[in-house]
Amino acid sequence: MTDLLLDASGITKRYGAVSALRDASLAVRPGEVHALMGANGAGKSTLVKILTGAVRADSGSITIRGTKRVVRSPTDARRAGMMSVYQDPSVIPDLDVADNLRLTGTPVDAFRSWMTALGIPRLDLADYARDLPLPTLRIIDLARALAHEPDILVMDETTAALPADLTERVLEVVGGQRASGRSVIFISHRLIEISALCDRATVLRDGETVGVVDMGTGAEDRIVGLMLGPSEADAQPRTPAPTTAIGTATTDGDARLAVQGLRSGTKLTDVSFKLRAGEVLGVVALEGQGQEELFEVLAGSRRASGGELRVDGQPMSFRHPADAIRAGLVYVPADRLEALLPQRSVRENIALPFSSRMRDWGPIRVGAERRVVDRAIERLQIDTRAQSEVRRLSGGNQQKVTIARWIATGVQTLLCFDPTRGIDIRTKRQIYSLLRELAAAGSAVLLYTSELEEIQLVCDRTIVIFGGRVVDEMPAAVADEPTLLRAAYGLPPGVPMPEELADSALAPVADRVS
Amino acid sequence: MSLASPAAATAPAAPSQLARILRRNGWTITLFVLLACLLVLARVLRSGFGPADIQSLAIGVLPIIFAAAAQTVCVISGGIDLSVGPVMAFTSVTAAALMKGGSEESAVAVVIVVLLLGLAVGAINGLLVVASRVPDIIVTLAMSFVWAGAALLVLSSPGGGAAQWFKDLSNGSFLIEWFPKALLLVLVCVAIVWLPLRRSRLGLSMYAVGSNPIAALRSGVNVNRTKVAAYMVTGLFAAAGGLALTMVTGIGSPVPGAYTLNGVAAIVLGGVSLAGGRGGMLGPIAAAFVLSLIRVNLVFLGVDPAYSTVIQGVILIIVVMVGGLVALRRSRA
Amino acid sequence: MSAAPGTVQEIAAVDRGGSTLRRRLTDQPVIPLLFLLLCLVVLLFVIQPGFLGRPTNWLSSTIRTATPLALLAACQTLVMLTGGIDLSVATIATMSAFVMATQSAAQGDAAAVLLGILVGAGMGLINGIGIGIFRVQPLIMTLGTGLVGAGALTVYQKFVLTAGSSVPDPIAWLGGGTSLGFFPNSLLLFVPVAALIIVGLRRTGYGRMLFAVGDNPVAARLAGVRIWQVLAVLYVISGVLAAVAGIMLAGVTKTAALGSAEGLLLPSVAAAVIGGTSIFGGRGGYAGSIVGALILTVLTSMLTVLSAPQPVRQIIFGAIILAVAAAYARLTASR
Repeated sequence: MTDLLLDASGITKRYGAVSALRDASLAVRPGEVHALMGANGAGKSTLVKILTGAVRADSGSITIRGTKRVVRSPTDARRAGMMSVYQDPSVIPDLDVADNLRLTGTPVDAFRSWMTALGIPRLDLADYARDLPLPTLRIIDLARALAHEPDILVMDETTAALPADLTERVLEVVGGQRASGRSVIFISHRLIEISALCDRATVLRDGETVGVVDMGTGAEDRIVGLMLGPSEADAQPRTPAPTTAIGTATTDGDARLAVQGLRSGTKLTDVSFKLRAGEVLGVVALEGQGQEELFEVLAGSRRASGGELRVDGQPMSFRHPADAIRAGLVYVPADRLEALLPQRSVRENIALPFSSRMRDWGPIRVGAERRVVDRAIERLQIDTRAQSEVRRLSGGNQQKVTIARWIATGVQTLLCFDPTRGIDIRTKRQIYSLLRELAAAGSAVLLYTSELEEIQLVCDRTIVIFGGRVVDEMPAAVADEPTLLRAAYGLPPGVPMPEELADSALAPVADRVS
Repeated sequence: MSLASPAAATAPAAPSQLARILRRNGWTITLFVLLACLLVLARVLRSGFGPADIQSLAIGVLPIIFAAAAQTVCVISGGIDLSVGPVMAFTSVTAAALMKGGSEESAVAVVIVVLLLGLAVGAINGLLVVASRVPDIIVTLAMSFVWAGAALLVLSSPGGGAAQWFKDLSNGSFLIEWFPKALLLVLVCVAIVWLPLRRSRLGLSMYAVGSNPIAALRSGVNVNRTKVAAYMVTGLFAAAGGLALTMVTGIGSPVPGAYTLNGVAAIVLGGVSLAGGRGGMLGPIAAAFVLSLIRVNLVFLGVDPAYSTVIQGVILIIVVMVGGLVALRRSRA
Repeated sequence: MSAAPGTVQEIAAVDRGGSTLRRRLTDQPVIPLLFLLLCLVVLLFVIQPGFLGRPTNWLSSTIRTATPLALLAACQTLVMLTGGIDLSVATIATMSAFVMATQSAAQGDAAAVLLGILVGAGMGLINGIGIGIFRVQPLIMTLGTGLVGAGALTVYQKFVLTAGSSVPDPIAWLGGGTSLGFFPNSLLLFVPVAALIIVGLRRTGYGRMLFAVGDNPVAARLAGVRIWQVLAVLYVISGVLAAVAGIMLAGVTKTAALGSAEGLLLPSVAAAVIGGTSIFGGRGGYAGSIVGALILTVLTSMLTVLSAPQPVRQIIFGAIILAVAAAYARLTASR
């Protein structure tokens, strides 16, 4: 036991009535890369925040190199030899890189050599951080942490949305930490990276540590099994391709939404597709391939710089979300904070679009509004019992509110951006069946999802976006996870993945889906 | 692509360095050019415009510059201090009351005591902001009542006095007759406090907290302590402003002038972002002079002085509107 | 966690039974505030039993004094609901009162009052354009227009000096008069205005929009709200209310002097804060602000009775604002 570098056990944390962590433990040996795994909401980020001093645990102990520690702040964590790198870089935007280094007392030479090792050798330290692209900031953050020679480096989704070449360098450097007896706690959603890089993995489910897996053959299977849990794995619905709406007419005239050569910013370069009434069209892409920009353009919150957008055959140009809404395009963003009024009631949140136009600023017809809102609440089975403020609802219920807002008045075209991110499986299923019902009733649904199995569960058809353009299109029936991943990486079907371990990483996932 | 941009920026060393300095300080440089133009204009409009006018201009601007300096520190670290004017009144009457009848030498002690008082006042403001979790704007609004009341407790009507050497600090010129002592004084005071601070870890922490408090916390900055420190420096500059008021008037007045508003106007025109984290000290100083010079020039042009407030306000509004428009363009691009 | 689907009946039932004291205090601050007001009044009567002899007189004069402040607090409440602040209201009030008083001789009373209100609407429109369309921070914009307004008034004064100024009799009657010996006439104007604001905030689409824009502007925009429209209209409303406040104030004091309303600026913010409106937006209401204005008025008269010197009064004022704001911050803090 004493040869453990970090030993955290019995960690609990409650936020009000919600238990984020019930009995989490994490044991890291010296010189290992240790993955921390878990589905969204399993408690990974809370555990990391506790380890790094951003949040204090309700109970539990943290032992580092055999000494019990109380970590109250990031500074404490650093003193204990722990540094962390987050998904959003902790670089001060309004200071130049040199000042950022001075702020953290980072030795510049060490920082430079790590930057070189990470693939950015010629960084100008006089550049303001705000002028640098996000991947560069992530690398700066990582190099800065490495320069402090931490015993334990915590990497929370650092590789998400990094270009492939940088990701490769990062994995290489992180793996190299082992040699000097240092350890890394690595959090990533990409199983490929985990199995290529890590020695062991701790799996969290519902705030509890449910297992520690030695990486190796068959490890991915076990990890996925542990993440899903016994009951959920069995309860997984096995209806492969939905049949409700397949067979709709496919002539051009029927396209509810036709997009041709759409461009915006640097990420969305050339996207074309057609979305028909009565179908759910999936969108698959790795992070940062232009899908956010695509949805923003369609929702009217971002201007297109080129290309054509037709709704029911009419060319459209949206200058404001109100224009998109008038054309029948409504948007459910992934981040519920973008869509909700946290301090207002469920009722007001659902009724928000009713009075958005100037002509609707007059007296509210209370009775009529109540009827419409109640119907939406009932249809989506929103659990509104405990609280009147939306911010006090659970994530799943919040997401239902954002959808209910548009269902209430009847929806023509629903744009859903990763609507099931971070919500429980029960709510997920409700959302799946709701989307199918909407399609069956003649609505058109465009669904981006980061969980690939949802394509076969919900969609009729899917397009794959890579590098800002549509690289593939297929019916949902053939869109299993390996096929989708291959396409999402921009590879033609049949060509093997670049990482030699990719196939073994994908195999268990594919098994689960088919 | 992400790799190319930082590499490209480093390529030609010397010229891009200069270009970068110009680009980054573009607004401050514009202000100084504007300032020079206004001085030339004043000279053209009135041939008699000479060292004496410059001196009286500098004396008039002195308290505004301190108010702007105080506000700058506070705003850079993500706050705003609506009590700067009352704190200046409070420290001014304290100085005037203590100096009256005292010896010339004891006035030195008074200056030190008043500066310490400013630090204490700032610390109280800062601690209340941090401890109450009430927005800065409300806390300092409430405290502006308190400090104005405190000023009235010290002196119920304008009065007190000031040591002669103290009054002489801002009178006359230094080395050449075109360089007023008041200007020297303010530059020295601001430089003594700001230059070392700006480069220190505390100064960086202030920028960090104003720019992104979460990233600052993760970088190991103690956010609360930094905020309190920023308010203390704000209090120090406000106390210097109070001393300046006593210095140029010879007495202390318990009624706060419009220094809070003038200070905010100067920092906005001086390129300090009210969102925090951005800006420096030179811009607000230049802006304070520009605002005063515009008034002087209008008088020379024969415009009724009553219009000057209107014009000052219109300039402020136009500047912030253009600023808003630029920010809007940038966010759409 | 997520159990059976909640029906509407259930919501109502649980809301009634399950809300904690903390939530009740923050959602319905009017009751505890009224209690606080009552305590202050009782305390005042204890200190100055002379008031007890003629309570209606005292009440009537308190209401007349509080009306302009309550109207200015309405400006702050509405603006603060969207996360803004209007520092130009006092200047606008002075401008309107002054314009009305100086024009009444030449234009007639009704036209003069209308002119005064138009001045307020115009100033509000400038604020609204700057804040709504050019996205200037409300604090800075209204500070600037306040400065411009004050300067413009000085200039205007020079032109009309000879004309003289007088507050029209109907305005003096409405602002400072009483009927039946005790009924303050200002209530004839104030009660409908207040009712309009309170009901409007709850039961009109525009009221909803104010809360929405203040609570989460990103969400409001995504739901199709054109925020600039909401803000432009809002600041015009604020300007008009400020103008009405200034005219009422002129009615109370029977004069229209430069700077007459300046002293009410900070109390107007204080009244809204005490009334439970969050400076961050999205939370609050006007009923609380009215009680807040009454509390501040009673407090002022109490301090006058105590013959507390002006500075002490100011310090107590500041301390109260801070204490109340801090209390709200604690109550509404999300854990």
